[in-house]
Amino acid sequence: MIEVKALQKKFGKLRVLKGVSICFHKGEVVSVIGPNGSGKTTLIKSILGMIIPDSGEIILNGKSISGDWQYRSQIGYMPQIGRYPDNMKIGQVFSMMRDLRKSDIKPDESVLNSYKIPSLFNKTMRTLSGGTRQKVSAALAFLFNPDILVLDEPTAGLDPLASEILKQHILEAKSKGKCVIITSHIMSEVDELADRIVYMMDGEIAFDKTIKEIKEETGEERLGKAIAKLMKSEIND
Amino acid sequence: MIKVTKYVIYDIVRNRVLIAYTLFLFLIASTLFNMEEDPSKAIISLMSIVMIMVPLISIVFATTYFFNSYEFIELLVAQPLKRSTILLGEYIGVALSLSFAFFIGIGIPIILFDATATGFVLILSGILLTLVFISLAFLSSVITRDKAKGIGIALMIWFYFSIIYDALMLALLFTFSDYPLEQAMIPIVALNPIDLGRIIIMLKLDISALMGYTGALFKSFFGNSMGIFYTCCIMFIWIIAPLLYSIKVFNRKNL
Repeated sequence: MIEVKALQKKFGKLRVLKGVSICFHKGEVVSVIGPNGSGKTTLIKSILGMIIPDSGEIILNGKSISGDWQYRSQIGYMPQIGRYPDNMKIGQVFSMMRDLRKSDIKPDESVLNSYKIPSLFNKTMRTLSGGTRQKVSAALAFLFNPDILVLDEPTAGLDPLASEILKQHILEAKSKGKCVIITSHIMSEVDELADRIVYMMDGEIAFDKTIKEIKEETGEERLGKAIAKLMKSEIND
Repeated sequence: MIKVTKYVIYDIVRNRVLIAYTLFLFLIASTLFNMEEDPSKAIISLMSIVMIMVPLISIVFATTYFFNSYEFIELLVAQPLKRSTILLGEYIGVALSLSFAFFIGIGIPIILFDATATGFVLILSGILLTLVFISLAFLSSVITRDKAKGIGIALMIWFYFSIIYDALMLALLFTFSDYPLEQAMIPIVALNPIDLGRIIIMLKLDISALMGYTGALFKSFFGNSMGIFYTCCIMFIWIIAPLLYSIKVFNRKNL
């Protein structure tokens, strides 16, 4: 579905992506993990066209995304820190997004409703807590029923109940055949949701394996331990 | 694009600075017209204020607004919208609001007190200057990520065109006073939008003779209506060129 080929990006002298190549397929949840500053967000933002890579290609359904903008109607994006116009009300943000997207697709309001956001429609964005902002971002990402969901640390800042709800929605999206890309630091969550793990380190992919493979190779049941073991053996190699 | 513009205007009309700017212009214009017996004298005083204030407020307001709506722009960039659509939508929104504020603040008093051709030319010139300086503001906003730097560049641009440029021109005139510089002055003036705005009004006011030989030369070179047409064309270049360049930079910008 999405094919990333030899993506490179420099910010000044810092090489954030050093030739990253991955594929993301339909009906799978891929978790991109790695230490802070390893290039996860840069990779995600390149897929969204928010960052223009220096070289390399991103191909979505057989078409390169460079110079294209319509492809973004197939992507729902939940940023790490959702930033919205301060003096807008929640309801206005939603109606604005609907207006700007002008899609004929019936909106998917399941997340919106499970977070009971419509009851907050009159609140101004400025007054919202971090968690509520995250809920708004999540609801917006799911709203247009996109084929691809890109979620950047979706559950950071959400209360346990809200994260549980979001996880259910992610699994449901996967069962509908959507492609879900998640970055996360919470291993238990990755274990629960993801089929495949892409571990990034210093702008490169350290490994790209299914969870099953990782557990079998290391003989560990807990994903956190398994990954630590895997990383150690990679370094020793 | 119109949709983006719609939300920009929706956001800007509630902006206190814009309302204060409108009231300020209105107050100055009506006071000047009430104090001066001869409205054409009031127009000249008004012109000097407009030539300083309008570029300054336009460029600082537009730059600040751009940086303050960074969140909105970030939100839009991840949507199926063309980047040039987003930037043009923003530009038209800011341009319409500021031009409207200028029209209310200066235009209404002019229409009430001195609805002459000169008055209308002052309105035209003020609106063109507003558009030019918003365009320059967008340029200074897209070439940097940092708000303080962006506003700094904006202020430098204003300072250059309203003060430094004139000083440089005087120095040039003095240095080469032995040579016939009048012909060369015409293209040199075109390099400063504020001077262009002033000339449009001067030509209409029929006081170009007061500007000495150069003024007389302008008059003979431009004529009356042709002169205004020609200067407006250059002003349009001043609006479009920085805007096109900002779109080019914005298209490649990492957000």
